[in-house]
Amino acid sequence: MSVLSLCCLRPVIRKEFRQIRRDARSLMFMTFLPAFMLLLFGYALNFDVKHIPLAVVDQDGSRASRDLVDRFRTTEYFDLKAVLPRTAAIDPVMAREDIRAALVIPPTFSDDLLAGRGPAVQVIVDGSNAMSGTTAAGYAGAILQSYSGRVTLDALGRRGLTGLVVPLDTDVRVWYNPELRSARFLIPGLMAFILMVIVTVSTAFSVVREKERGTMDQIRLSSIRPLELILGKVVPYAAISLGSAHLVLLLGQVLFGVGIRGSYPLLLAAIVLFLTGALGQGILISAVTRTQQVAFLIAILTTMLPTFILSGFVFPIRNMPAVIQAVTYLVPARYFLAALRAIILKGVGLWAVWPQFLFLAGFAALSVGAAAVLLRRSETERPRRRRGRR
Amino acid sequence: MPEYAIEVKDLTKRFGDFTAVDAVSFEVERGRIFGFLGANGAGKSTTIRMLCGLLDPTSGMASVGGFDIRRQPEKVKRAIGYMSQRFSLYEDLTVAENIRFFGGAYGLTGKALDARLPWVLRMAGLAGRERSLTRTLSAGWKQRLALGCAVLHEPKIVFLDEPTGGVDPASRRRFWELINGLSEGGVTVFVTTHYMDEAEYCNDIRLIHAGRIVAGGSPQELKTAVIRNPILEVSSDRVVDAMEVLQKEPWVLETSIFGTSLHVSVADESEGRRLIRERLARAGIAVLRLDRIRPSLEDVFIHKIEEQDGAAGAGEGRP
Repeated sequence: MSVLSLCCLRPVIRKEFRQIRRDARSLMFMTFLPAFMLLLFGYALNFDVKHIPLAVVDQDGSRASRDLVDRFRTTEYFDLKAVLPRTAAIDPVMAREDIRAALVIPPTFSDDLLAGRGPAVQVIVDGSNAMSGTTAAGYAGAILQSYSGRVTLDALGRRGLTGLVVPLDTDVRVWYNPELRSARFLIPGLMAFILMVIVTVSTAFSVVREKERGTMDQIRLSSIRPLELILGKVVPYAAISLGSAHLVLLLGQVLFGVGIRGSYPLLLAAIVLFLTGALGQGILISAVTRTQQVAFLIAILTTMLPTFILSGFVFPIRNMPAVIQAVTYLVPARYFLAALRAIILKGVGLWAVWPQFLFLAGFAALSVGAAAVLLRRSETERPRRRRGRR
Repeated sequence: MPEYAIEVKDLTKRFGDFTAVDAVSFEVERGRIFGFLGANGAGKSTTIRMLCGLLDPTSGMASVGGFDIRRQPEKVKRAIGYMSQRFSLYEDLTVAENIRFFGGAYGLTGKALDARLPWVLRMAGLAGRERSLTRTLSAGWKQRLALGCAVLHEPKIVFLDEPTGGVDPASRRRFWELINGLSEGGVTVFVTTHYMDEAEYCNDIRLIHAGRIVAGGSPQELKTAVIRNPILEVSSDRVVDAMEVLQKEPWVLETSIFGTSLHVSVADESEGRRLIRERLARAGIAVLRLDRIRPSLEDVFIHKIEEQDGAAGAGEGRP
């Protein structure tokens, strides 16, 4: 009998499709949950800080101080929410989170400025959210810096020193994601996360369900070989999850403006490799477990946490301790994520992502191969007692 | 063609230090209904799973349909049909979809499958319900459909592992008619059950207890050969007390409770009757009825188990 003759593949595929079709919950789980999670994460996991509510305590009330306040008012980073009479009034407003930052201009501001004494302007930032607090402080600092630079030049100009320039003019340019929008950065990660979790969980269920119902025994006694069973289960789930991957891509483009810069076939190849690996991992899990609960638990533990934390999805790998960094090499999503970001955001070709492809191919081969071997072996253990003793 | 459909020699399965099946040997003639009887956990399923190739034996050998279960497991698979107590069907597929899937799984295609489909439907009494989801069927229907799916590829040997669990008596009888039909068609049927009444349908029986075969033969042989002492049935409203009283008597060979009556094995019938009445009267226990009964297979089974447990001593930690 030839290894490559897959005579019993078609009945398995047909059966799986029918079962998935009748199981509306799983179908929704696989198709719409990714899109739903994208919406949820895409809007919630937003590290951009814009429209920070700001309060101003202008104790000077001069033209110069109003000019400075205007500087804050005219950027989209700050929204002027309140003008307060005293510094003491800031605390209750910030505690209620009506404002997240406050600008305090001292009464001597314009006098000091004119006298060249270098007035001190105070910026108070709500640090209870470290991420947005740091960003707000950064923006405020930058605005004050540029204002201060101009004031210096003006002052020098008034003294007759015209035509001066700032000695070091920095021109920082951000490539691939010029507005530094976190959606750009997160969507490839979300795709990896969603596909990994959904695909692994749903396939992990599929074999364990057969074990629980006893149909696995019938299959093992039929002419269906383990490889045919695995392929037969992988093909329908792969087709469906490929569809949901495209839905995520489409939503990313439409809602978050994340278009694909690189080659689509290359992107597709990366997705297919990754999906195969994730599907294999799901079947592997179901080959070594006996109940759907345990399979679910293992599937979630081995996909959700590593993919969320260790793939570079949210937390940059290079900031992790060396030991943790070493662990990330075992997380397939890490490679997929790197490949996705490179293809979608940077538009690179295979020359830049071949190492990632190599790892993904290895992951796919390993997980499907191990699944085939373990599935064959999984039943030689002690049979579970089907009923309690009477 | 081999003389026996199934030959088993010293088949043993150990899980760790637990011996589930202990050096079991027997032969099954072709075309016969072979019953494997025992309580839950006695080793019935483990034996059947080894014979089907679902489980590797620890030691011993067996051939099924002339094929060695260790060296030719693929050939064994082709030769047999298997049905488990769980009626392993896909509940979310329709009747016809189940039949078509299992047909495809056994390598039946096109015309061959088209021909078998109505046969299974007729046999299971499911004609006209092809499009019903399997989960909507009653247990009896599921059971017959599962049997139909197990014999789709017309195997010469069928293994049925507790096929009648959870099914109503009428369906059980109908199922045994199907099994008889298969047997008449030349199919060897290997069936396990813990219902003693079902054993009466079998041509040949083995009783298995704690992984060992404790008795064997036709139902008639077992009843006459194993139990030679008369059995008296004592009806009383205090059977447990009656048993405690009688167990202490040296002339009582065995006692066991069957519902509201007590079976007492004695050496001599008339002497036994007299002693039972006298002893129970002295204990103040009223005897409603006292009859000699024909031993049932259950009596045989209990007798054999007590015999074996007595011989093995109380050392074995088996429930």
